[in-house]
Amino acid sequence: MESPEKLVEMRSITKRFPGVLANDSASFTLLRGEVHALLGENGAGKTTLMNILYGLYTPDAGEIFVRGRRVQIRGPKDAISLGIGMVHQQFRLIPTHTVAENIIVGARDVGFVLRFGRINERLSELIKYYGWSISPTSKVWQLTAGEKQQVEILKALYRGAEILILDEPTSVLTPQETVVLFQTLRKMASQGLGVVLISHKLDEVMAVSDRVTVMRRGRTIVTKPTRETNQRELAFLMVGRELSELEARPMAAGGKPVLEASGLQILDDKGLLAVKNISLRLFRGEILGVAGVSGNGQEELIEALVGLRKVRAGKILLDGVEMTNRPSADFIREGVAYIPAESLRYTAADMTVAENIILKSYRNRRFSKRIFINWKTVYDEAGKIIKDFNIVTPSPFSKAGNLSGGNIQRLVIARELNLQDNIKVIVAAYPSKGLDVASTEFVQRKLVEAREKGVGIILLSEDLEELFLLSDRIIVMYRGEIVGELPRQQFDLEKVGLMMTGVKGAEVKA
Amino acid sequence: MSLVAVEWIESVLIGAVQAGTVFLIASLGEIYAERSGVLNLGMEGMMIVGAAVSFIVTNALGHGYAILAVLLAGLLLGLAHSFLTVSLRLNQIVVGLAITILGLGLGGLLGNAAIRRGIILFLNPEAPERNLIVQEAEKLPDIPIPFLRDIPVLGGMFFRQNGLVYLSLILAIVMWFILFKTRFGLSLRSVGENPAMSDAMGINVFRIRYISMVVCGMLGALAGSYLFIGYQPFWVEGMTQGRGFIALALVILATWNPLRAILGAYLFGGVEALQFRLQVLGVAAQLPQFLLMLPYIVTIATLVLLSLESVRKRIGVPASLGKPYSRE
Ligand SMILES: Nc1ncnc2c1ncn2[C@@H]1O[C@H](COP(=O)(O)OP(=O)(O)OP(=O)(O)O)[C@@H](O)[C@H]1O
Ligand SMILES: [Mg+2]
Repeated sequence: MESPEKLVEMRSITKRFPGVLANDSASFTLLRGEVHALLGENGAGKTTLMNILYGLYTPDAGEIFVRGRRVQIRGPKDAISLGIGMVHQQFRLIPTHTVAENIIVGARDVGFVLRFGRINERLSELIKYYGWSISPTSKVWQLTAGEKQQVEILKALYRGAEILILDEPTSVLTPQETVVLFQTLRKMASQGLGVVLISHKLDEVMAVSDRVTVMRRGRTIVTKPTRETNQRELAFLMVGRELSELEARPMAAGGKPVLEASGLQILDDKGLLAVKNISLRLFRGEILGVAGVSGNGQEELIEALVGLRKVRAGKILLDGVEMTNRPSADFIREGVAYIPAESLRYTAADMTVAENIILKSYRNRRFSKRIFINWKTVYDEAGKIIKDFNIVTPSPFSKAGNLSGGNIQRLVIARELNLQDNIKVIVAAYPSKGLDVASTEFVQRKLVEAREKGVGIILLSEDLEELFLLSDRIIVMYRGEIVGELPRQQFDLEKVGLMMTGVKGAEVKA
Repeated sequence: MSLVAVEWIESVLIGAVQAGTVFLIASLGEIYAERSGVLNLGMEGMMIVGAAVSFIVTNALGHGYAILAVLLAGLLLGLAHSFLTVSLRLNQIVVGLAITILGLGLGGLLGNAAIRRGIILFLNPEAPERNLIVQEAEKLPDIPIPFLRDIPVLGGMFFRQNGLVYLSLILAIVMWFILFKTRFGLSLRSVGENPAMSDAMGINVFRIRYISMVVCGMLGALAGSYLFIGYQPFWVEGMTQGRGFIALALVILATWNPLRAILGAYLFGGVEALQFRLQVLGVAAQLPQFLLMLPYIVTIATLVLLSLESVRKRIGVPASLGKPYSRE
């Protein structure tokens, strides 16, 4: 049998950033008709390698061949005309424009006057072909994360992409959406496209890919057919050591609630009611899981619980003290830590790593004397935290914005867990999003440790396995309301999955 | 209702269109600039330059050349603004206000009797002596449209006006169509929302912003010339009286939509017409002072509004408005 065409071949790519060797003569080939998984720890250089292929960075050394021809890719424009498309971790869509407008923007083949009737028809066909259900005329802000991703993929396909790069696409998806995405990827591969899938989730890699390439510290360690390897081996190749399994112990909680909310009504950014009348109680030493498809009011709820969003009605009590609509600084002072979903937005990208670590605790007497900051302690402490949390950075003085996705997430977690000595509540939104296996385990361990010290934890996650592993209790949200609550003994994938689509808890049981 | 009252109301409505056309032309330009991500606080200055140029050139060479000269002046001001804010990436608020101050100064200079005389003679050595000294210019002629002009009320409002009033309405419709129904318009709106993404999609961000700013400059100057030769052809220094800033507020009220700007412009024009007529009747003597203050209040409110992230999201401000773009 003839072997399939090489769509892409990257040879000995080296890319250096100030203080970091992001790619160290890395090589990578993508074949026609394959889904090729790219694995590696946080900061291993996966995104950098693919950004080079997409023309966002120019390599310091190395060669790129596309369909056998040597090419210079000077920008995304060049990449697009070579048939390369990329879906980034952060979506690059315009929320106020329609799906169709987002897809055709910049396209040359549409004529000066846009015939939306025809364009929409063509797009609808494409959407139907992939078994999706978005409408070309919806505004993008109305879509779920999974649907936005579909728009991004369509955008690439519309421009005739044959080489599709997806950077951690499943980190924003629900389990159901992930299944749909994987069907799409298989379909595209069977049509002769080449798909690069960057992921940290080994089970997904095993399920969907044809070949795997593992990266470690900028180098491509190995490329293997997926059939010939297993999760254990991949984890070992990535980390260079064996991992231990996390064991969650049963709950030791009880007594007075540490956080209590009643009758909460919260508006979203558009002024619509996102949370309608929610009451909940969080106990000491408890992990309360919040399940739900994103966009059902969870984000607004937790922002209110950490003082970042005003509530329209209702009350928030922290350790019996009324906190409703108090400034977020009060929440910090009272010991509420917040690990946000979009960690990048909650770092000061132009400030140094060390400054970011103490961003919320600089008032602490450890770091400041009157109005002066004691920089020596700050840097000592920052150095220790960087080591403890395994943050890959050239130095404590490097710009936080240049860290890799996973390392920014670690930075934020480090900052929040070191907030102060008397943390009472941790509100964590998708804390392991974008983290590699080892760091996910690390974060989960940290949360369990905090729980054992009596901290109450609210955990928002779309990864049901993670929720089941860590939570003592799970509530499910749908359209701004709590539709069900389950104690640990009754955790069940199907049950929770159904509730996430709006079936009430009582009906599920029946 | 008495006949007098009906006639009075009709005159207010006609006045609303005549006064509102200044706002309409200016806000159409500003909508394009802001949709592409450039805030033009120089509107007031562009208008006064347009008024002054039309004053001088009309007296030298007549209306046709005057309009051409005005468009050229606006083009240069628009180019200057985009060079500073798009290419050099200077702060748009500072550049805009500087252009306003420059325009007001330039307007004063051009209005100066000796300088005016010199320019008019330079443009047309045969200009009659009267044209060298008058503080006014010939008004644009009204062009009544047959049949339609006889429709009650509407005929007076829309079909017995001068050419610039018609042009402004046609422009609003054409500019709306271009913005929402063409490839160029989609690129323009995308640049205003997300320049980095637009750049990656092969759109020339700088070209789009230059084009929008030049259109804005030309329409700003045209609005000023309408104010003078189309509405109040008597030269008074600083005659724009903050109308450029009002147009800025109108853009927000119209949520960056050229068709909605028509309604808003006539609403603002109506306020002006009403105030004028109430004054004649001796009512509301304090109103003028208040209205003179309005542009400044409106501007401050606009800037405050635009800086509040939550408000920006809710009213749909172009996401990159006011932010210079650079490729890393
Ligand atoms: N623009 C940049 N400037 C400076 N350093 C950078 C830049 N982009 C990436 N780096 C550094 O290069 C290294 C590789 O980063 P990259 O984003 O490729 O990692 P990754 O494998 O995608 O990790 P993750 O799984 O966390 O997303 C990191 O150490 C990162 O800090
Ligand atoms: Mg990455």
